[in-house]
Formats: sequence, structure tokens, C-alpha cells
Amino acid sequence: MTDRSPEIDPHSQVETTGHEWDGIKELNNPLPRWWLFIFWGTIVVAIVYWVLMPAWPAPPGMQGNTLGVLGQSDRATVAAEVSETAKMRAELASRLSAVDASAILQDHDLSQLALGLGESAFGDNCATCHGAGGRGAKGYPRLADDIWLWGGTLTDIETTIRHGIRSDDPDARMTDMPAFGRDEFLTSAEIRDLVEFVTAISGRKANLAAVDRARPIFQTNCASCHGVDARGDRAQGAPNLTDAEWLYGGDRDTLQSTIFGARRGVMPAWTTRFDPATIRALAVYVHSLGGGE
Amino acid sequence: MAAAFSRERIDVSTFAVGFLILVVLILSFSGAANAADPAFRAHAFIFLIASAIGLAGLLGWHELSDRQPRFDKTFYEEGIVKAGIVATMFWGIAGFLVGLIIALQLTFPNLFYFPEIGWTNFGRLRPLHTSAVIFAFGGNALIATSFYVVQRTCRTRLVGGMWPWFVFWGYQLFIVIAATGYLMGVTQSKEYAEPEWYADIWLTIVWVAYLAVFVATILRRKEPHIYVANWFYLAFIVTIALLHLVNSLSIPISLAGSRSVSVFSGVQSALIQWWYGHNAVGFFLTAGFLAIMYYFIPKRIERPVWSYRLSIVHFWSLIFIYIWAGPHHLHYTALPQWAQTLGMTFSIMLWMPSWGGMINGLMTLSGAWDKLRTDPVVRMLVVSVAFYGMATFEGPVMSVREVNALSHYTDWGIGHVHSGALGWVGFVTFGALYCLTQWVWKRDRLYSNALVEWHFWIATIGIVLYITSMWVSGIMEGLMWRAYNQFGFLEYSFIETVSAKHISYIIRALGGGLYLTGALIMAYNLVRTARGDVPADERRRSSATPAIQPAE
Repeated sequence: MTDRSPEIDPHSQVETTGHEWDGIKELNNPLPRWWLFIFWGTIVVAIVYWVLMPAWPAPPGMQGNTLGVLGQSDRATVAAEVSETAKMRAELASRLSAVDASAILQDHDLSQLALGLGESAFGDNCATCHGAGGRGAKGYPRLADDIWLWGGTLTDIETTIRHGIRSDDPDARMTDMPAFGRDEFLTSAEIRDLVEFVTAISGRKANLAAVDRARPIFQTNCASCHGVDARGDRAQGAPNLTDAEWLYGGDRDTLQSTIFGARRGVMPAWTTRFDPATIRALAVYVHSLGGGE
Repeated sequence: MAAAFSRERIDVSTFAVGFLILVVLILSFSGAANAADPAFRAHAFIFLIASAIGLAGLLGWHELSDRQPRFDKTFYEEGIVKAGIVATMFWGIAGFLVGLIIALQLTFPNLFYFPEIGWTNFGRLRPLHTSAVIFAFGGNALIATSFYVVQRTCRTRLVGGMWPWFVFWGYQLFIVIAATGYLMGVTQSKEYAEPEWYADIWLTIVWVAYLAVFVATILRRKEPHIYVANWFYLAFIVTIALLHLVNSLSIPISLAGSRSVSVFSGVQSALIQWWYGHNAVGFFLTAGFLAIMYYFIPKRIERPVWSYRLSIVHFWSLIFIYIWAGPHHLHYTALPQWAQTLGMTFSIMLWMPSWGGMINGLMTLSGAWDKLRTDPVVRMLVVSVAFYGMATFEGPVMSVREVNALSHYTDWGIGHVHSGALGWVGFVTFGALYCLTQWVWKRDRLYSNALVEWHFWIATIGIVLYITSMWVSGIMEGLMWRAYNQFGFLEYSFIETVSAKHISYIIRALGGGLYLTGALIMAYNLVRTARGDVPADERRRSSATPAIQPAE
């Protein structure tokens, strides 16, 4: 057996326990005092905390748990904080949805509130499509410039947010560009010519013969919405085709597929998601991004 | 065949294991034929192939090993330790690699995102990484070292004949089932316990066999006392069995399908999950690896364990207190506040019991501090204990509700876990594997100490990069999440907090890459050591001084 009598470790002069396993012995050092002290200390801290805070479930037969002498409760704290914040905002928020939209911009406090609320709501709801800061993405308009499909005044923006575009809302902004190719309004050759035409009017080199062929096609099929001068029409959400800004892309392939199949992008209506004050704040925020009118 | 069975000695354990595998073979055949979904069919086929190979292996072994006495009690079972070393290293590298891949996915989502290949999705690869490193790498390290340590410290061969081998291969099969399940999207949606019901049942069988082998070996010990490492191993095996059984309680939707419904719901389910999750940390990654520490540090540096009394007190206080600490994962949730209080206060009381292991590990070096300089394996073991001390201090701090309000859900948690996983669990395993490879293959020394030095420094720098970058990004995103403007609106949108972490993520991926590099160096070193190779410069040196030494 290896249960030997204790011996003294020559290095530390500490007694061993006399046990040995595979050559491993054990010294019989006492518990370090600092270790024991801190251990007891943490136990005291725990007990004090139990006294102060909700801690132990009540014994069987009694309801609930020990509440702690401080009477602290997370639920009560959160409820108090929420109602305090709500109270702080209530007065400004009610004015936000009550006053005329343009009056908000004149009122410093009100516009600061609108920008704060708007930025917060935008980041978690709108930025998914329109990008952080409204920088836009393919199919999702850039909101930080002064090019607007449906208008860039506070009222226009607010209407768009409220009812959406091609959404379920009865008052949604609603137009449909025909799918000229798929629905066989135009032949492939006519669409190819139109692509050259749009390329030309947006200031790029194009096949002039095709442009000439497309001119009457454009006037017959496109001008009613995009305008005779192709500068668009905000009343119908028709984009200006003569500038360098493209929602889906201005290269020939993209133009081809836009004319062939139309796009019909959808933005949801937000009235069901947000209270009026938040929608107004969003309008103010989007208005402030760079292109507000 | 007939001849094999007619021989005089048919080992009972081999027969029993063979019978069990036969049952699995039949069940998996039926499962494959009746499978209700493709994933279940795939898994049934894996079970089928594995059990066929298992049976063939048993028969082959029975034929070939007949001449020498089987399971000779005068020898330690070391083949299984060798297999365990290989498995640990293999799964370790696989797990670190997947970790690096998902770190890169988070850092460069545009480059490492393949929507058309579903199984490369972060959601599939993340549990693959966590389970590979915790259960495949860590689990194999624990099985291999526990089988080695229990034999040496009980001075007896592993009990159970073929059963330890069943534990080893059964565990590898569980890993394969779990890993392929993650990639196919089979999950019961419990963190660190994702495998579905049939994998859970299989693991239960394997684990009970593991417990039986371990306990039976302890009972047959030739030492009057049970060594401290074995207390920790036993606590680990018993508690993991309990945690696994309770947390995985679920009802299969079909006995031939890969879906089940947990018996717990709502906040009860969350609490059970974190009781499991936290004690997987406590008993798998702490108690189990403390057992490794308690054997390999005193053994490697040839000094007595510093304090027997401390080992007793910290063992019992650790296992008593740890089991209560789980609710600290659910601060400020639907969990009742009193339960949060208990989770937090028990976590605080856990600080010193955890540090007891660190003190015993570090103080065991007294009288042999020079080995830190001369033996890089000792340095690895000691630094692992230092990381253990750091992580077990950070844990109680993070469990305080006010701190947790900042740290929870942020990368700080990821950093905390990795200082424990890379620093403590990884390094103590590496140290143990360096020792074991040398010992079980009976080599005088490792192939190259210089490569151990390289491994040590590359991996240490990797860990430091990892945890510091996660501290920075975690605290930053925590502060950004809670930043309000004067009207009480959030200052930052979520995506802004994500893009703010980009640089930290690059540094984290770099740290992970370094850690993986270190493990590859180690694997090379271990292979060369096992083969008995000697470095070229060593050979030159020994041939330059001709062997005219006395024959002692």
C-alpha cells in the first residue's frame, strides 16, 4: 500500500498527507487566509443582497417570494421609467402631430424631438431598405438627395410614409407602368430602340438611327406619365429619365428589362405600425436628410 | 466464424458490446427503411454503416487478437489513450477551423456568404463550431485523459474489457451524428444541446457506459484513497449525465423522424436550458479540466499538490455552488427577479471556490518555478491556470446584474467564453496532450521543444488578440445599444452597432487564425513525437559526440 506515514517536504518544510498516487504526493498546507477571508466575504455579500433584494421563493403555502427590504422591483422600475419618458414626450409629441407640418421646422424644441424620434424609428424600420442615412439601394430610392418620385415637401413625404406605395392601403400612391414587353404592347425591336432613346436623353452616346425610330414610340407610350420632355411627373410617381439618377440602373440591360417587365416596387403603409407623431417625425427626419423641399 | 465462437474464451464484454451494436444495426435498418424525413434517413444510414463497421471490427479483433491474453490486467490500457489523443487533435483542428470560418463570415459577410449552399450558413456552422470544440475536442480530451489518469492513480487496468472502446467509438459516432445534423439543419434549438432525440438517447447509452467503466475502475483501485483528479472526473461525468437527461427531455413527433418537442416551455424551458448551459461550463469545461490540471501539473513538474485541504474545500464548494449559478444567463428577462438574484449571488460566491483550483495549480509550482523557463509544456499548463483564474474572476463580475445589463448579448460574452475556452480549456488540453503523447508512446522527449515554444507564443498572442478585441467591441456595442438621446430615443440603429465592430472582428479573426496555426504546429510535433523522430540538429549533435558513455 502507498498510504505512508506523513513526511516533510524538503523544499517547503511542509508535512505531506502521506498519500501517494503514481508518484504524486500532497502537501498539507492550510487554506490560504486571504482565500478564506474573501470566500466568507462573498457569502456575506450574498446574504446582504438577499436581505435587500427579492431573493428566495416563499415556503410552500405562502405566495410569492421574499421582496427585500429595499422593495426594489425590475418590473416597477421599468414601468416607472417608461411612463416618465412617455410623460416627458407627451406634451411635445401631441404638439408634433397637432401643428402644421411646416411649423415644426420653425420650432427648435419640436424639430429636435422630431429629428431624434425620426432617426431612431428610421434606423430600425426604414434603413433595412433605404440604407443607413437614407443612402438608398437598387430598387430603393435614395432619400438623401433632392430627387423625389412623389414629392419632397414635408406633406408629400408624410403622405408617402403614411400610405405607402402600391401597398394595401386604399390611399396608397398607386401607378403601374405597363410591362411593355411581357404584355406585348411593344415588340422587342421597339423596346431596343426605346433603350437607345432613353440612353440618349440621359446624356450618353446612343445609336442615333434607333433614337429617331423611338421618338414617336416614346410619345405614344411613355410621354403620358414621364412627360413629353421625359422629365417625369411627381403626381404619378414617374421618374425623370433625363438625369443620371436611376432607381434600378441606367445601363442598357437594366433599361431593357425595366421596359420589358416594369418594376412596380412596393413600400408598405406605416399607419398601422406607427402613431401619427412618429410618422410626422419620420417625415421631418427624411426631409432633413438633404433634399427636403 | 464458427471457429471464432467455439474457442474457449469468449470475452463477455465483447459479446455484450457486439449485441448492443447488433440492436443498433437492426433499429437503424428499420429507421432507414421507414424514415419520415431525409435527415432522419441520412442519420439512420450513418448509424447503420457505423454499426456494421463496428460489428466487423469486433469480429476481426476477435480473430486477430486471439493469441495473446485479452484485456491483460497486468498492463494498463493505453491504446485507447492513443486513440483519444488522435481524436482530440483531429476534432480540435476541425473545430478551430470552423471557428475561423464563422469569424470570417461575421467580418466579411459579403465574401463568405453562399445563400445557394444552405449548410454553409452561419446558423448551421456556429453550433458545428461550438459543439466541435466543446464536446468533440474537449470531450475527447476528457475521455482520453480520464482513462489514462484513473488507471495510473488507481494502479489498475481500465475495467470493462471492450466497454471503454465502446465509449470511445460510440462518442465519435455521436459527434458525427451531431455534426452532420447541424449541417442538415436538424436541431432541437437548445444551445450546446442541439442534437435531436435519437442522438440524445445514443449519447445517454455511451455516457452511462463511460460512468460505469470509470466507477468500476475506481472501485477496483489498489490505492487506499481516491485521487483528487478522480473526484473531479467523477463529478463531471455524473453531473453531465444529469444535465443531459433533464435538458434533453422531449417527445419525438415521429419515431422515424428527426423532430421532437421539448417537454418544457416558456421561461421554465429557458431556465432549464441555462441550468444545463451554465453547468456544461461548470462541470464539463471546469470540473473536468481541473481534473486534468490536478494530474498533469504535479506529474509534469514532479512536485506535490500544494494543499490537500484546499482541494477538498474548493471541490465541494465548487460543485455545490456552481449548480445554482445558471440564472445569471437570464438577467432582466421574464425570469422572476428572485431567481436572478440567486443566480447572481451564487455566481459571486463561486469566485473563491473557482480560484481554489488556480491556487493549488500555481502553488504546486513552488520549488519548481524554474521549469516555467525550461519546459514550455509546463509554461502552457501554468498559463492555462492563469487564464482559468482570469475567466473565473470575470465570470462573477459579469454575473452582477448591473454589469450584465451592459455585457449581456454583446461580444464581451464571446470574449469571456474564449478566454476560458482558448486560454484555459485549450491550453491545459495542449499541455496534457504534449505529456501524454510522450508518455504513452514511451518517448524520452518531445520531437521538438522549439515547436512547443512556437505553439505557445503564437497561440498566446492569438488569445490576447481575440479577447481584447472582443472586450473592445463588446463594451462598445453595449454602450451603443443603451445610448439614448435627450428625448429617450435610441441614439444608434442596430446596423450602426454592427458596422462599428468591423475592425474588432478583423482582429478577432486574426487571433483565431493564430490559434489554429499553433494547433497545426502542435499536431505536426505530436505526430513526429509518436513516430519517435528526432530533429535533424539533434541527430547531428548526438552523432558528433560518439556514444562512449558508461553503460550505467
